[in-house]
Amino acid sequence: MEETTVQTEHMAKYRKSNLWKQVFRRLVKNKMAMTGLGFLIFIFVFCMIGPFFSPYANGGVDAININQPPSAEHWLGTDALGRDVLTRLMEAGRISLTVGLGAMVMSVFIGTLLGVLAGFYQGIVDQIIMRTADVLMTIPGLPLLFIMAAVMSEWKVPAENRLYIVMVMLSIVGWSGLARLVRSQILSLREREYMHATESLGLRDRRKLFVHLLPNIVPLLIVVGTLSVGGAILSESVLSYFGLGVVPPTASWGNMINAANSLIDFQNRPWLWIPPGVAIFLTVISINLLGDGLRDAIDPKMKSR
Amino acid sequence: MSDNTILDVKKLSTHFFTENGVVKAVNDVSFSVSEGQTVCIVGESGCGKSVTAMSIMRLIEDPPGKIVDGEILFQDKDLIHASKKDLRRLRGNDISMIFQEPMSSLNPVLTIGEQITEPLFEHRLLTKKQAKQEAIKLIELVGIGRSNEIFHSYPHQLSGGMLQRIMIAIALSCDPLLLIADEPTTALDVTIQAQILELLKEIKEERNMSMLLITHDLGVVAEVADYVVVMYAGKVIEQGSVLDIFKDPKHPYTQGLLQSKPVLNQRKKRLYSIPGQVPNLIDLKPSCYFYDRCEHRMSICGGSIPEKMEVDDNHQVACWLYEKEEVRT
Amino acid sequence: MDQKEPLVEVKNLKKHYKDSSRSLFKRNQSVVKAVDNVSFTIEEGETFGLVGESGSGKSTIGRSILRLTDITDGEILYKGKSVHQLSKQELREHRKSFQFVFQDPFSSLNPRIRIGDAIGEALLDHGLATKKEIREKVLEVLNLCGLAPYHIDRFPHEFSGGQRQRIGIARAIIMDPEFIVADEPVSGLDVSIQAQIINLFSDLQEKKQLTYLFISHDLSVVEHIATRVGVLYLGTLMELGSRDEIYENPLHPYTKSLLSAIPIPDPTVKRERIVLQGDVPNPANPPTGCKFHTRCPFAREKCKTIVPEFKEVEANHFVACHLV
Repeated sequence: MEETTVQTEHMAKYRKSNLWKQVFRRLVKNKMAMTGLGFLIFIFVFCMIGPFFSPYANGGVDAININQPPSAEHWLGTDALGRDVLTRLMEAGRISLTVGLGAMVMSVFIGTLLGVLAGFYQGIVDQIIMRTADVLMTIPGLPLLFIMAAVMSEWKVPAENRLYIVMVMLSIVGWSGLARLVRSQILSLREREYMHATESLGLRDRRKLFVHLLPNIVPLLIVVGTLSVGGAILSESVLSYFGLGVVPPTASWGNMINAANSLIDFQNRPWLWIPPGVAIFLTVISINLLGDGLRDAIDPKMKSR
Repeated sequence: MSDNTILDVKKLSTHFFTENGVVKAVNDVSFSVSEGQTVCIVGESGCGKSVTAMSIMRLIEDPPGKIVDGEILFQDKDLIHASKKDLRRLRGNDISMIFQEPMSSLNPVLTIGEQITEPLFEHRLLTKKQAKQEAIKLIELVGIGRSNEIFHSYPHQLSGGMLQRIMIAIALSCDPLLLIADEPTTALDVTIQAQILELLKEIKEERNMSMLLITHDLGVVAEVADYVVVMYAGKVIEQGSVLDIFKDPKHPYTQGLLQSKPVLNQRKKRLYSIPGQVPNLIDLKPSCYFYDRCEHRMSICGGSIPEKMEVDDNHQVACWLYEKEEVRT
Repeated sequence: MDQKEPLVEVKNLKKHYKDSSRSLFKRNQSVVKAVDNVSFTIEEGETFGLVGESGSGKSTIGRSILRLTDITDGEILYKGKSVHQLSKQELREHRKSFQFVFQDPFSSLNPRIRIGDAIGEALLDHGLATKKEIREKVLEVLNLCGLAPYHIDRFPHEFSGGQRQRIGIARAIIMDPEFIVADEPVSGLDVSIQAQIINLFSDLQEKKQLTYLFISHDLSVVEHIATRVGVLYLGTLMELGSRDEIYENPLHPYTKSLLSAIPIPDPTVKRERIVLQGDVPNPANPPTGCKFHTRCPFAREKCKTIVPEFKEVEANHFVACHLV
């Protein structure tokens, strides 16, 4: 068997790296995805660290300088309450990104849990979970969100908590699609021969689930998760724009665009609504580029194996 | 070689340019097929036998593949530099090909009839009625009864063996001079394989057609071949008449291959096995590619690639063991 | 041999699938009898070869014996215990003593698990050894299966087909089973690698006193490795006997034609070949009487209507044919 050893050594030189390294290498080669990733990093740093360098942090109202156009002091001008738009943009970004990420994490968690349960145990568990998902999918998302938001306003939820409620709402609407995907993935994985092998080895369910099945759906979760952050940011913006999501004084990109609601602001003070609009646009596009890139980087491996 | 050579492959090299490096799938391969002859290319997976066939058909996907060197002459026409139009006229007309998976080679949404008549319209410019008659004749020719019923059925209604017969019928529709069959019986059961091999032999005799058969099964080779080309890691390591190869194999790999196959009614306590694995085709060392696995390796084998040399009439081998004999004769 | 209790006893095994090929308007429910009343025994220490073409039900039988699939009717006894009546916990215990080797070395290993973990995980999950002991044991079976110690931390995609099959075998033998079902373990491999794996099976049997059920479509491989052979056709056993009987004195026309259909790698041998007509019938709609009568060159009237009895024509040589 000495020869076998020689050969494998020889072969290993080329394929030493594990799967994730290969994915990473492929991702790095994708210029669009890297542009997206670069911009996302920038916007994160901008929103998270930016406010510390701003003299106008924490929503300082300045009654003298209201609705000022961009100038040396206020790079993006000021709003109706004399707050610095640039600072608000950064602070709003914190909220919007937090809502997006938080909603994603929650919906991925719920979706994965329910999808795995449905796919692995099948039968009645599967029926209950999937029919619930079906019902959720028959109701258009936005009206549902509007209704929930209206209820929230009725209950007078304090402004600073609404952020969390919005995350929960978005994940309730968002989990069903993911659960379906996860379930179908689990169903197809169950039929792989290595899953039959776990059966013939007499392994416990716990091990089959956590060691064999879950790691194999992680790539799917990464791609779907990434892409859903964009969706969540958009939904939050829409809600906040209508005053149903995050409400002032807490800033979010959505409620900043609300300024465009008034014709005067829309026509004469574009510095109020263009910056948040551009921020949303670029962030969502970057997330989608990165998500597509991740999918392309992960997929070829999944296809060939 | 002889005057009636219809296919002449000279120093063919096909490489694939991949993420990890250049895969030399076919590396300096030469052989020829003469009229009415059956040539078999044998080798294990990854030896380049299918890529050779695909190169002859010019079906190599570019990128990542590319024929980087060599000549393929079909009746003295150069296939490598032929125009798209010329190629289309040749394929399915003078050269036909059948594949391993008959199921995936047929379009599931078209009837068998539609698929058999297609090349008849295309190449032989028949009318609809003539084409149908011809198709029915072809279906009968490949040994399927109920030809009318089959004509109107869809691929999923037929078994693998039937579909392979249909593939052969389609391949024969334009009276090709050369039939290239890439593992035509690998996906089939033994009893069906026997039928298909019988059929191919019969048809070949009847039409004096040439055949290039790609296979990994030495049993099939012994059954149908006149001339055998043995490939290993993209190179031809031995070629000769079927008797030469089976009765007097020269290359240690050919010898090992013949010994390691369990044969009916020849019981051995233990099978001979060639140690080790096929080398990675990326970054091959300038040595005999069989070096790591060879029982007879010498110092020279590790340092340079052996050239093909004639050990006998029409029997060539690429192995340093026979270098001296070469000099002697 | 008769006094000793067989290791595995398959009694009147039946496995039917409902084939609901439903279209929007029609609903055809037919029953595919994948395994139809099959009985045989496997003695301790032997290699029982099960041969048949695709659709003969050979894999289903293998999977049924290890309860990797449910059965419709019949009984499978392993050391006298009915495998399909064990509780979940008892089954888990039994899993230690019988193992399965899969056909496809590519899909039978989880691509995300290092092979050391894949081989050792059964010991871990069954709580049979500590982590350190497991590593030692894994190294031992790697060595036994012709793999190198440094392979332990590699991923499956770094291995060739033959090496993966060795890994699959290592995984199966680590719990020191007594009985292994190998389902077409060499059919995905190249000839030179196939010989390595067949030899590995023989070596392991010698070293560990294993009993094999070796399932294959390749009669020449089975002849090499098996001591007793059963020939299946459309879910029914056609012939059963010792290897010598089956290969030197085949009685069933199907066995005869199967043997004559195998190409022999010797161009000077010209054989009288029985080329069977037609295809294997659809198992959802099998022929009446003897299932082979549609392709049998010697079929008579009675073969079309009466199912032949599976009878012992010579000592330990069973055939289901009216003509014998």
